Amino acid sequence: MKDVISLGVLGGILTSMIRLATPFLYAAIGETFAQTSGVVNLGVDGIMLLSAYGAFYVALNTGNLWLALLTAAAIGLLMGLLMSFISVTLKAEQGISGIGLYMFGLGMSSLLFKITIGTVKTIDGFQPVRIPLLGDIPGIGPILFDHSLPVYGAFLLVPIAWWVLDKTTLGLKIKSVGQNPAAADSLGINVDRIRYFSVCLGAVLAGLAGASLSTALVDLFQDNLTAGQGFIAVALVYFGGWNPWGVMGGAFLFSIVNSIQLWMQVIGVKIPSDVAVMLPYLLTIAALMITVNRVRQPAALNKPFERGES
Amino acid sequence: MKNKSLLIFGLLLIALLVNACGTPAAAPAAQKQIKIAVIMPSATNDMAFSQSMWSALQSVQKDMGGESALQIAYTDNLFNVPDAAAAIRDYASKGFDIVIAHGSQYGSSVQDIAPDFPNTTFAWGTDVNTFGMKNVYAYTAAAEQGGYVNGVLAAKLTKSKIIGVTGPVEVGDAKTYIDGFVQGVASVDPTIKVNKTWTGSFSDVALMTAAAKTHIQAGADILTGSSQSVVGSIGAAKDAGNVLWFGTQADQASLAPNLVVASQVYDWTAMLKDMIAKRQAGTLGGTVYTLTLSNGGLKIAYNPGYNLPADVKAAGDAAIKGIQDGSITVNP
Repeated sequence: MKDVISLGVLGGILTSMIRLATPFLYAAIGETFAQTSGVVNLGVDGIMLLSAYGAFYVALNTGNLWLALLTAAAIGLLMGLLMSFISVTLKAEQGISGIGLYMFGLGMSSLLFKITIGTVKTIDGFQPVRIPLLGDIPGIGPILFDHSLPVYGAFLLVPIAWWVLDKTTLGLKIKSVGQNPAAADSLGINVDRIRYFSVCLGAVLAGLAGASLSTALVDLFQDNLTAGQGFIAVALVYFGGWNPWGVMGGAFLFSIVNSIQLWMQVIGVKIPSDVAVMLPYLLTIAALMITVNRVRQPAALNKPFERGES
Repeated sequence: MKNKSLLIFGLLLIALLVNACGTPAAAPAAQKQIKIAVIMPSATNDMAFSQSMWSALQSVQKDMGGESALQIAYTDNLFNVPDAAAAIRDYASKGFDIVIAHGSQYGSSVQDIAPDFPNTTFAWGTDVNTFGMKNVYAYTAAAEQGGYVNGVLAAKLTKSKIIGVTGPVEVGDAKTYIDGFVQGVASVDPTIKVNKTWTGSFSDVALMTAAAKTHIQAGADILTGSSQSVVGSIGAAKDAGNVLWFGTQADQASLAPNLVVASQVYDWTAMLKDMIAKRQAGTLGGTVYTLTLSNGGLKIAYNPGYNLPADVKAAGDAAIKGIQDGSITVNP
């Protein structure tokens, strides 16, 4: 039992939590922008997959990791434009088009992987960068400040997203088209343009989420690499009440329970493995039940805007 | 509105089409050509279970003289059983001679479909149940045997006396491999700690990576495990730089040429050739194949890139020999 609470174990749990949370942060913060503007994008996982593939392919062939990130962002942007075109310009049912986008990303990444790479290969991805001074703090220094750049990026994203959404005119516009697009429209805000922007920004971040997996966290690509993480990211947006800090809380909760259950298995705590792997999901659902009525979702979520209809 | 719905429908169709692109179109049939179709739960290039069957089929095709003698069709990534069942029925009704359902989750589908196609040979695994049908083969691998050998080698090589096992789901050959591995380790030194984790998924690479990193933080200097998601564990071992890896199902040396010590390789070639020969002689099924070290279906592939000390290799070879001649029994 002494093992269970030792500092080393605690550090290990926090380190894996931070790593596990990284793709969720990118994807869920991105989805927060899209949903705040009134568009549910269920295609996050598909965007992550295609971008993860694209980033990996570029990194494998050029060795340039920054070019890999750029590729992922570009793929995200293209898929974001497609999603916006379908859901904003054509005003199609968002759920269906998102699922379509997911299936496209899943199938296309798998097909391209088979044609262009063929088998599982690994790359030298982003290496950990220890931040001077902070990284030397005994105990928490190596836990918090010895990660790769995409991991730091994910954590920087949270305050930036909060600031943009809560403190800037742009954020106000995004919120207003998500709450009451007709009113926003009457005040001269271009609803479609704001939604295009928010969905595309979200998709670019989903692209980076995929790239963080394939070039920083696991350094490889495989069929269905994300294993549904994009859908968990969408759930985290609801969980976090459309607030970047809340989303981060959700990502942490899900990841820390996952990392605790792995440690429990490693140190031989006697629980069936099936129960252990269920824990993150069970706890997230439980937490969701407690918090579900805390905040109201954007009033125009999932509703296409047609000028003069409402 | 109608145009938009059409467009969405079109996009969905494209998405579906791209998804279905894994299946190559059937080539025109030649005379006496044998046609084999295989349904796999993961990708043909997964470095694990599906790849082991895929490589075997390709090697049999080569030995038989190419596409004109043996036509192979496949559908991979069919983890979903209802989709797989539809594919199995599809291939059977298209006149394929042998339909291989390469996954233990496909059993009930084979049981359901095989009676409708009495002239088609069905094979499925890993399992040992032919449902008493004359046109069904079952096949399995005695994964615990190679697990035992890997365990002996690992026990000889560990310095920290801690070994990490990253498993997917506690079933089938994932479980028997690890059971054998634990017995192999214990046969050398019962004080070595073998920590086990299960991620609950055959495909979650990110979680598998986290599991492997957890083992390494807990002091493990050797890792092993199975399923297509272990590429994540191998990546974690590579990241650490000094953690060794033991593979199973397929030869995984190419993933970390300096760190993979040995892999247990499933070689289905002899089984497939036997099935084809029996079919040509008029037998469509009814028996169970088990890959073992004795019948050559299981092989231990030492990685030439890893400099294995001679005494350790000797211990591994002795374990192989012991299992082959029956002086060592490994319980699945």
